[in-house]
Amino acid sequence: MRHALSLFVGLYGLWLVLSGHYTPFLLAMGAACTVFAVAVALRMDVVDHEGHPMHLVGYRIPLYWGWLTIQIVLSALQVGRIVLSPRLRIDPVLETVPASQKSDLGRVIYANSITLTPGTLSTSVTADGIEVHALTRQGMDELKQGGMDRRVTQVEGES
Amino acid sequence: MIVDILSWISIGIGAAFILVGGLGLIRMPDVFTRVHAASVADTAGAGFILLGFMFQAGLSLTTLKLVLIFVFLVFTAPTASHALARAALLGGLVPWSRKPRDPAP
Repeated sequence: MRHALSLFVGLYGLWLVLSGHYTPFLLAMGAACTVFAVAVALRMDVVDHEGHPMHLVGYRIPLYWGWLTIQIVLSALQVGRIVLSPRLRIDPVLETVPASQKSDLGRVIYANSITLTPGTLSTSVTADGIEVHALTRQGMDELKQGGMDRRVTQVEGES
Repeated sequence: MIVDILSWISIGIGAAFILVGGLGLIRMPDVFTRVHAASVADTAGAGFILLGFMFQAGLSLTTLKLVLIFVFLVFTAPTASHALARAALLGGLVPWSRKPRDPAP
């Protein structure tokens, strides 16, 4: 129930942002549509801690996003330098890196963060870790030091 | 005025990242390395260009919508890249590698 309520608030907030027209009739229509969307989601049985992870909302996620943004810009610069160097200095490797997250959601966050960072690409999530394709040996070594893994596990928290 | 300059700097940086991404797309040897190059364009490139647009829009509903575009991009882009790479691997494509591989048995 908590999840359904929070989903309603989130979806209606999205509707308000995207609409920009605030007459009573349209507001009521938006509310009706949102109720319908939540009802459909409930019927599909996707309104749970995984489909709607409200337990992640807190101060940790914005901090992590900020850190991730810096990482993305740094590695974009690195990959950019490789692309622009006359001798394409790449050394691609495909290896499995350990993942310390307990929940599936935590692993998905980790795998998505890996893919989002230019130069590393998750290809498969398995029981022992995440299979990663890295553009350079150096990029793989940096990932294996586990800084990102530790941060994602912190974000995941207790759940 | 200052906002205009910031906006143009940001859009310029974004355009440069997208140019580099496109160049990498041509220079890289196989699918996986090309995805790496493309991800420069769709994270850093798109991000800086959207930031430049936000400077133009100021504090308004439009900026909120631009933020939403960025959020959706950040959630969907890695999913697509992952699906592409996984499909290539499952299809039996062997990643290009620096060392010469052993001949197949």
